[in-house]
Parts: sequence; C-alpha cells; structure tokens
Amino acid sequence: MHAIWDRGPGLRGALGTVNHSDVGRRFIITAFVFFCIGRVLAMLIRTQLATPGSAFVGPAIYNQLFTMHGSIMMFLFAIPMIEGLAFYMLPKLLGARDMAFPRLSAFGYWCYLFGGTILVLSLFFGVAPDSGWFMYTPLSSKPFTPGINADVWLIGVTFVEVSAMAAAIEIMVSVLKLRAPGLRIDRMPLFAWYLLVTALMMLIGFPPLILGSILLELERAFDWPFFDPNRGGDPLLWQHLFWLFGHPEVYIIFLPAAGVVSTVLPVMARTRIIGYGWIIAAILALAILSFGLWVHHMFTTGIPHMALGFFSAASALVAIPTGIQIFAWIGTIWAGRPELKLPMLHILGFFVVFIIGGLTGVMLAMVPFNWQAHDTAFVTAHLHYVLVGGFVFPMLAGAVYWLPHFTGRQPIERLGKAAFWLIFIGFNLTFLMMHMVGLLGQPRRIYSYPEAMGWTWYNLLASFGSFIMAFGFALFALDVALQIWLGRHTQRNPWRAGTLEWAMPLPAPSYNFASLPSVSDFEPVTDDPQLALKLACGEGFLGEPRHGWRETMGSHMLTGRPEYIVLLPGNTLLPLLTAVMTGGFFVSILAGVYALAPVFLVAVAICAWRWAWTTTNGKNFGLLDAGHELALPVHAEAPGSPGHWGSVFAIVADGTLFATLVFGYAYLWTIAGGWPPPALIAASPIGGIVALAVLAGASLAARKATAVRATLTERRRFLWMMTGAQVVALALLIHETATAIPPPSSHAYAATVMVLFVYAAFHVALALLLTGFALARIRAGFVSDQRTVDVRVAAMWHGYALAVTAVVLLATKVPAMLA
Amino acid sequence: MLIWQRAVVGVCSLVALAGCAGPLSTLAPGGPSAGAIANLWWVMLAGAVAIFGLTTGLLGMAFLVRNGGPASVRLWIIGLGIAFPTTVLIVLLLYGLVIGERLQPVAAADVVEIEAIARQWHWRFRPVLADGRGQETIGVLHIPAGRPVDVIVRSEDVIHSFWVPALAGKMDAIPGKTNRLRLVAAQPGRYGGVCAEFCGIGHSGNRFLVIAHDPASWAGVLAAAS
Repeated sequence: MHAIWDRGPGLRGALGTVNHSDVGRRFIITAFVFFCIGRVLAMLIRTQLATPGSAFVGPAIYNQLFTMHGSIMMFLFAIPMIEGLAFYMLPKLLGARDMAFPRLSAFGYWCYLFGGTILVLSLFFGVAPDSGWFMYTPLSSKPFTPGINADVWLIGVTFVEVSAMAAAIEIMVSVLKLRAPGLRIDRMPLFAWYLLVTALMMLIGFPPLILGSILLELERAFDWPFFDPNRGGDPLLWQHLFWLFGHPEVYIIFLPAAGVVSTVLPVMARTRIIGYGWIIAAILALAILSFGLWVHHMFTTGIPHMALGFFSAASALVAIPTGIQIFAWIGTIWAGRPELKLPMLHILGFFVVFIIGGLTGVMLAMVPFNWQAHDTAFVTAHLHYVLVGGFVFPMLAGAVYWLPHFTGRQPIERLGKAAFWLIFIGFNLTFLMMHMVGLLGQPRRIYSYPEAMGWTWYNLLASFGSFIMAFGFALFALDVALQIWLGRHTQRNPWRAGTLEWAMPLPAPSYNFASLPSVSDFEPVTDDPQLALKLACGEGFLGEPRHGWRETMGSHMLTGRPEYIVLLPGNTLLPLLTAVMTGGFFVSILAGVYALAPVFLVAVAICAWRWAWTTTNGKNFGLLDAGHELALPVHAEAPGSPGHWGSVFAIVADGTLFATLVFGYAYLWTIAGGWPPPALIAASPIGGIVALAVLAGASLAARKATAVRATLTERRRFLWMMTGAQVVALALLIHETATAIPPPSSHAYAATVMVLFVYAAFHVALALLLTGFALARIRAGFVSDQRTVDVRVAAMWHGYALAVTAVVLLATKVPAMLA
Repeated sequence: MLIWQRAVVGVCSLVALAGCAGPLSTLAPGGPSAGAIANLWWVMLAGAVAIFGLTTGLLGMAFLVRNGGPASVRLWIIGLGIAFPTTVLIVLLLYGLVIGERLQPVAAADVVEIEAIARQWHWRFRPVLADGRGQETIGVLHIPAGRPVDVIVRSEDVIHSFWVPALAGKMDAIPGKTNRLRLVAAQPGRYGGVCAEFCGIGHSGNRFLVIAHDPASWAGVLAAAS
C-alpha cells in the first residue's frame, strides 16, 4: 500500500509527488514561511510608527511595507494555509485516501509557490507593490504608478489565485463525492461542511478579483481605460469588483477557522457540539449574506444614504449567524466537562479577540460612525481583531491539536502556553492602542505623524506589543520544532476524539487507511474504539491492492452510498511542468514581452492535453470487487464521475467571472460619466446571428453525441459537426473583433466590448479544443458506451460557449442597433 | 523605571490629562454632526462592553459550573444566538439610520457652499459665491461658524478623502465624481483636517486647516475672496 501511495525516491520523487499529505504539508509550511515574512514587515511598520517623525524608512519603502504586509497575509498566508489544512485533513476526515484531483493539488501548490515568490522577490528589488493591498485605481493606474510595482501585484496575486480556484473545485468535488461508504451528508464532520461552503464561496468570490486584475492589467499594459474617468471609465468600478471579492474573502478566511473551532472545542469539552443543523444553516446564511455587503467598504464614496442603509443592515445581520455559532460553542462547553488544555487555551483567545472584532464590526456597519472611523487606525485594528481572532487563534488551536497527527509525537504543553500568552497579550496591546489612536484621528497608511497629534504613546505601546507578539510566534515555532525532534511518541488518539482522522496510525501513512471504513454516525471512532485496528487489518472496503492502482471510494453526494471506485493518478512531473509554463505566461506579461505570452499559453494547453489524456487508461474493467461483497465500476465507467463534477464547478466559477464582466459593462454604461460612447460597435448583426445559429445547431449535435444509446460512429460524426460549427463561429467572432469594434483605448465602452468578444471567442476555442480532444480519444479507442466523460465534458463546454456568445452578442449588438 | 512602567504611567496620564482631545480627535466634537456621531460611539461602546461582559462571563462560567447538563438549543441558539442579537441590531440600525439621515446635506436657506479640490498632495478651497467662484486658498479652508457648510469634494488625480474629524465624517474625493459633505462648526475656531484615503508618497503630509469665523470676520473673508 505504501509503495503505491508514497512519493518516489529522490528529487524526482519530491518534485513529482501528488499525494495529498505531501501537498498539504507543503502548503502549510510555505504559508507559515510567508506568515513570518509578513510578520517581519509588520514589525518594520511598527518600528517606523513607534515615534513621531521617525526617519527609519521613508514613505516610498513604507508604502511597499504595508502593501506587502496586507497582500502577503491575505493571499500568501491565510488562503494557502486553509488550502493546506483542507488538503491534508479532508480525505482523512471523510475516510478517503486522497483528494479528487491529486495532480491539480500539486499544480496549485507550484502556482502558489511561484506566484508568491514573484511577490516577495519584488521586495528585494525595491519594486514591490505600493498602492495598498486593495490597489485602488487610479493610484494603481499607469499615470500614478508608472513602475512595475502594480503589475507585480496584479500578476503575482492572479498567479496565486489560480491555486485558490483549483483548490475550490477540488474541495467541492472531494467533499461531495469522495466520502467513506455510508457517510451521509447530514452526518458529515462539521469541518467538512465548513470547507464545502468555503469552497463554494471561493468559487464565486475569487472571479471578481481575477476579472478586476485582468482589466487593470489591460489598462496598465495597453491603455484600455476601464477605470479612467476621462474616457468613460470609473475608478469606483475597481472598488466594486475588489470588495465583491474582498468581503466574502473575510468569511472565506473565517469559516475554515470556525470549522477548526467546531472540531476541536467539543473534544476539549468532552462532549458533542450542540445545534449541528443550526450551525450548518448559520454558515450557509453567512455565505449568502457575505456577498451582499461589499458596499460597506465604500460608505464614504458618496453613494446615496438610503442605499447605504441597505448594506448597513446586511452587514449588521451577519452578527446573527455568527452569534448562533458563538453561543452554540459556549453552550457546548456548558454541556460538557471542559479541560483547559493548550488547544482550548487558544480557543479562549479566539473567543475574546474575535468577539471584540465582531462588536467593532457592528459599530463600523453603522453608517454615521463609519464616516468617522473609515480609513483610520480603528479599522486596521478592527480587521486585525477579526482576522487574527477569527483565523490565527483557531489555526494555532488546530496546530497544537493536530500536530501529533503530523509528527506522531506528544505535545509539549508548557512552552506552548507561554507562546499563547505572549501572542495574546502582545496582540491586544498592539491593537487596543490602534483602536484608540484611530478614534483620535490617525489615518491608515501614514508613515509619519507630528508629536502634536497626541498619538505618540499609543503608537509606542502598539509597537511594543507587536514585538511581544513576535516573541510569542517565535516560541510557537520553537515549540513545534522541539515536538518534532524531541517529543515522545504519542498513542493513536491522544485527545480521545471521535472523528475518522484518528482512526489511523500516527504519523499518518501515505494511504491514510489500509481499508476504508463504513460510517453510520457522527463519531465513528467513539462508536468503535477498535476501528483503527480493524481498518489496518483490512476489514473495511478496498483493502486489497490491485495492479498498483491508487483506489478510493466515490459515493453518492447525499446518502454516501458507494457508486464507483475512483482510480487516482500517481506521481508525475506534469503538474510542475504545467505550473512552470503557466509561470512563463505570467512572467512574460510582467516583463512586457507580450509576444511570448501566447507561446506559453499554447504550452499550457499542450500540458493540459497530456494531463487529460493520462487521466484514465481507457480500458473497460466492468464491475470490480470493492470488499464486503460490493461490486462497483471504476469512476470512468460511471455517470457523475469526479471529472464531470470538476467540469461543472469550473463552469460555475467561469460563469461568475463572466457575470461580473457583464455587471461591469452595465455598471459603466449606467453610472460612469462620458457615456454614451462616441462610437459603438458596427450594428450589423449578420455575422453574430450566423455564429449563434451554427453554435446552436451544434448544441443539438452535442446532445446526440452524448446520448446514452449513441454508437461510437454516431458520436464521432456529431463531434465532427460540432468542430465545424465551432470553427465557423470562431472565425466570425475573430472577424467581428478585428473589424467592428472601435479602438479599445478610445473609450471604456470599446475596451469592455473588446473584452466581451475576446471572452466569447476564447470559450469557443476552448470548446473546439475539448471537442477535438474527445475525437482524439475516440480514435485512440478510449471512449466506449460506458466511458463517455470526454464527450460529455466537450458538450458541456460547448453549451457554455454558446450561452456566453449569445449574451455577448445581445449585450453589444442590441444597443448598437437601437442607437 | 522599566519601560513598561513608564508606558503604564504614560497611558494613565495621557487618558487623565488629554482624554479624548487632540487636533484630529473624533471624540472632541466641534459641531452637532461630529457630536451626534461621538454620542453614537459612546452608546455603542457601552453596549459592546456589556455584550462582551455577558458572552465572556458565560464562557468563564462554563468552566466553573462543569457539566451543567444537556445544553438547551432553545436557550443557547434561538434565545442567545438569534433573538438577542436581532433585538439589539434592530434598535441600533434604526438609531444609526436616523442619525445618518439627519447629517445629510439637505437644502436650506443659509447653506454656504465651498469647493474642495484635492490633488497630490494638497487641498485647494474656493467659496461658491452668488456671482461665480471666489478666490482659491491652498491648505486653509475658511467657513462661517454656526451655519451649515456644504463642501463640494472633487479630485484632480487619484482618490483622496476630505476629513475634518471635529466637524463631520469624511467624504472621498474621486476623480470624475462630485461629492457633497455637510459640516457644521458650532463655535469660531481652528480645526485640523486631513486626507484620509491613501493617495501615494505624500499622503501623510496631506493635511489642511479649517478656520471657522464669526459673522463679522466671515464677511471680511467673503469680501476678500470675491
């Protein structure tokens, strides 16, 4: 089993591993390294602010410091730490042997590492982003940031976000499809619920940021004026796009941490959590609400007061689902016999800090108070209370709780407690002071202030606290290191927990479970303390290795009834290679060598082709023994395979990006000044109508190509019809792009219409590529009556390309014809 | 004396002597708008301290009572988790909405209009007079005391934010957009103003001064400006 699941030997093995424990650990360690870098920047910031009129660093460097501190903590620490914890822990909690797309996890890691490295390296070259971590235009536009600084942010963060999108899709599919036999969705560990909702939010929350970054980079690189008020753009469009992402982001960070609390707290209180169903309802409510309150970051931009009132109420409402969770947790401690062990100590720190952050959050949701406190140190303090309280303390609790799982060693309590107190005291000292100095009028992001402002002592104490906190984190790192090197071996379930991750030997083996459990209730390990032994002896499902395959169970989304055996791909260098090519694409844009970008894009497409080609080996196996007299097909021969669902969720994310683009178009048209534009797209709809007609006709062919009863010859014929239609539509769209649209740099209208057309053309080309792939797979004999996923995926993306082309043509041609 | 002892003494004396004062303090209001917001803050602070005491008190007691028996979903989740915050929030939202509405720049006979034009890195001000625009001042905003003043906020380059903490909340200066902010200074005097939105290298020093005049000296200012 170990030979099948472990990484290969040597450097090649290290670079080629796709095992979720390896990738998860790498994410966690890398995120911690970036956290340390971010902490050092924070200390430099606090050193500069400690005294009035300080000459430690000048404003140019200071602006880079705070921009990078925020960007690193948000994009290179918090989100990747969540991804790492999810990758490592989810399969173990759900009774699986890996995530649904192991190569995608590895690819995501490399993208994260490369993107993060670009960002951090820019600091050493003195060209780090310096427009603040939310990059408001026009300060971040070319005229006011002529250097490469803003490009580093846009490219680096987008590169890193590739990994977040990959992780979101992967977490969705893994939680929904890769659970142990019998694990019903309403018996799932709460941590999995939290991550499921988080992943859904990432799927919908990140595309606005990615779109915004693309538009701003287009503006910077080619002078397409999306945000330039002199040419029909609007700087506020950037703020809408950014906070449409930025506010859900806060909950994307908080929810997994709350999931850790919901997991660790009941174990520490020696009881079960109360209100399981209520908590799920609360996190769903939070997820929905979080997309309706981004405007509370924009209360001072001059939006009418009544509109602000709506967003104010929505922001305040968030306190209710949060309150449900807080009181469910406190009630759980009341119901149990709590033990004040180290993880619980960190959870108490979480309560104190996060409750204060929540209370100041309600204050800031009140519009008049926000008018005073906005953009002051009060807001900085509030967001640190929310994020450190709502993320760092739960993560510290999770770290000390699960560390034995990673190391197989017993925790060392005393050093950890000292670390906790230093972090807790230092944190509160720093940020209580910043609340006060904010109320005394200290704006955010100033590098210097005169003595006469009366801010001196608060700042000095805040800086002092920041250094105490740093000692605390150093002690925490030392504690972890000591545990790894010197800790005594732990028994299998040191906290007497009930969830499945403890039903395995420690440290966790590469395959997690020698055989997969059958789960019927919330706490399988409490119900059967001997479960780990039984699974290790092969008494569960899929206990017999065959053909060196990596097998895990695919089950029904709701009931957990086993549906198929998932054959997972083994170690390969392909994710690394694809990430390097993706990096080549991004770096060529960053360096302004635009001619190279398409070359790398083709290289990425070739890697992706190879990737998809090697996913399954193309043979029919029929029903295979899964243990306990259960016979199941492999996933490729079953409907609703992980690849199918991965494609569905990718379309959800892509569709969100497109919807945001259409929102931007409508927003500019209705809100921005300088509209209607001087010149519209050529009104003639003929090319568009022909393109739509052939694509629509081809979608009938797509239905026939995917029909259950279709023969291979029929499938091939209909796929060829699709490619014909796609080529025609693509040619028409390119022709339209080249001839009908006014120069994109002339007006935001022309720039937006150009992006809409390029988006549509790109997706028709993508559908063409996938249709061609399906044809190649048929030709190679990899498609059969049972194995049709390649054809279905091509049909799915064809349908999406048709839909976006229709929307683009309607949204651009109808106004032009009416004018 | 150790540094932390000095720090404690420093904070105590600071709170005792200076309290909430300071040139840019939001808690030393110089007019009714800032005053209403400062009151809102004190009310919210009191409420927040009470709620914080309640929740952490319940949390602490959970460790003392130990095994209080099966937890009641009705008490903890429906009562404390839903009903309690809902009640508090409805009251608070209404309070906030009423104050916010009162601070709106509604039309009135005695309103004085003054343009504030931001750029990297200074503010220019220009009274809007009956016969056109008055003369510009750089870095100093003259207003009449005791009368509503509407500042018409614009930017010529990046986003800035106009903020005089003692007189009102802040309002962003956004290129391509015109915003309006109502200020009221109760008494003649000098008030600090500052750019609140990060606007680049010179952001920290992008401050200005507001001088509120009594009627006689305001007439002089207008005469000089026209």
